[in-house]
Amino acid sequence: MPAPDFIVHDAIDNVGVIVVEDAQKGKTLTGWVMEGNKTIKVKALKDIPLGHKVALSDLKNDETIIKYGHDIGRMTKAAKKGDHVHVHNLKTKRW
Amino acid sequence: MAKKAEKSSKKSSKLSFLGYRRENGRVGIRNHVAILPLDDLSNAACMAVENNIKGTIALPHHYGRLQFGEDLELHFRTIIGTGANPNVAAVIVIGIEPGWTKRVVDGIAKTGKPVQGFAIERHGDIDTIKRASYAAQEYVHWATELQREQVGFDELWVSTKCGESDTTSGLGSNPSVGNFIDKVDPLGTTTCFGETSEITGAEEICATRAASKAAAAKFMKTWNAYNDFINDNKTNDLSESQPTKGNIEGGLSTIEEKAFGNLQKIGKNTKFIDVLEPAEAPTKGPGLYFMDSSSAAAECVTLQCAAGFVVHLFPTGQGNVIGNPIEPVIKLTANPMTARTMREHIDVDVSGILRREMDFDKAGDMLIDMVIRTCNGRLTAAETLGHREFVMTKLYRSA
Repeated sequence: MPAPDFIVHDAIDNVGVIVVEDAQKGKTLTGWVMEGNKTIKVKALKDIPLGHKVALSDLKNDETIIKYGHDIGRMTKAAKKGDHVHVHNLKTKRW
Repeated sequence: MAKKAEKSSKKSSKLSFLGYRRENGRVGIRNHVAILPLDDLSNAACMAVENNIKGTIALPHHYGRLQFGEDLELHFRTIIGTGANPNVAAVIVIGIEPGWTKRVVDGIAKTGKPVQGFAIERHGDIDTIKRASYAAQEYVHWATELQREQVGFDELWVSTKCGESDTTSGLGSNPSVGNFIDKVDPLGTTTCFGETSEITGAEEICATRAASKAAAAKFMKTWNAYNDFINDNKTNDLSESQPTKGNIEGGLSTIEEKAFGNLQKIGKNTKFIDVLEPAEAPTKGPGLYFMDSSSAAAECVTLQCAAGFVVHLFPTGQGNVIGNPIEPVIKLTANPMTARTMREHIDVDVSGILRREMDFDKAGDMLIDMVIRTCNGRLTAAETLGHREFVMTKLYRSA
């Protein structure tokens, strides 16, 4: 099994995590969805560092981000599939 | 060699290790003679005794004066619990005055282990250091002749807490600990997780992991109280505090994301049977416990050690380097960059999970193997590097 470029925990998650090495803009990334053991592909629109999240679909402003199958916060601006999702566009719903 | 040990631990139906049986029946994996200050004023004398008598360990800290109420109770529970921990063979307590010094001595003496107290007032540091050093020397001679015996995992108490987490923690190292917990829970091992504030976002899911309605209600009450405290004192959304700057660097964006990753440490099946106060020892028998605690690494491990846990599993993402003077801290990471650039801090490298070279079953077995080796005497990375973070949790200002 080749090493994936990113990992998705649950099938309903709308973000994945870049693993093994930093992702380069323009590269088509191979993702491993742990739940169900599926493979998906996403083209990186930005350089995304190791450990950071990539959008798996177009995301609207205020849209809820799902990871581990659960709500982990909301978008503060829209992002495209393949964009970098982090503190510049994702915020907690708590505190 | 490691490979062979791993294989045998996997096959063994009854896991065991070599530990020190204490007077109260509990089993420790280290054999310390602790020099324990009641208060900040007594640190210098304790460190002088440690310097005089090899084989002792001083535990300096910053508090113990003019505390009151629940905060004072927690101070005593932490100091007494640390001295009572089965990794400690015998204890010298030094305090500025005899009253509270005796309270600590009496608390530790309930375990049946040797303990003596010394007060500095009316003697001064030099005379106190001299008398305490003679007593400590006798304890070291006695303790170093104690022998280990073979005991099962049903007598082992393991705590866990993660630190400088990143997204690799939730995907790799935390579920590896979860696999370990799911494997040892049926063996009767006593285990503990905590970090109340860091369950935020996943608190309702965590409550469903309680073994009883009473435990679930107690958890929600504890979590709500901590969350109210944060809401009362916050000046922003806590970004860079919780998640930390290091968490954010590692890709974690929100407390909710961190919380769901954190919760992977309790595995898929294991239920927690009770909720403990900070530094409170479990009383409901073997099983998983939740302890109300800060998510700051040294504070949390210090409280778990004071509750009687003898070995700690610490998954890290970006590379938290914490240790504890009494409870050995085993560190694991799934972050290949951390494993490579900070290898002297890492006991177990599970970064193969993210490359799909290793599964959680294998990672859990590697942790069982490293716990056994650590219990049998292998010094952890943090122990060899001299990490002795002993940090009291202070609930509020002193009087």
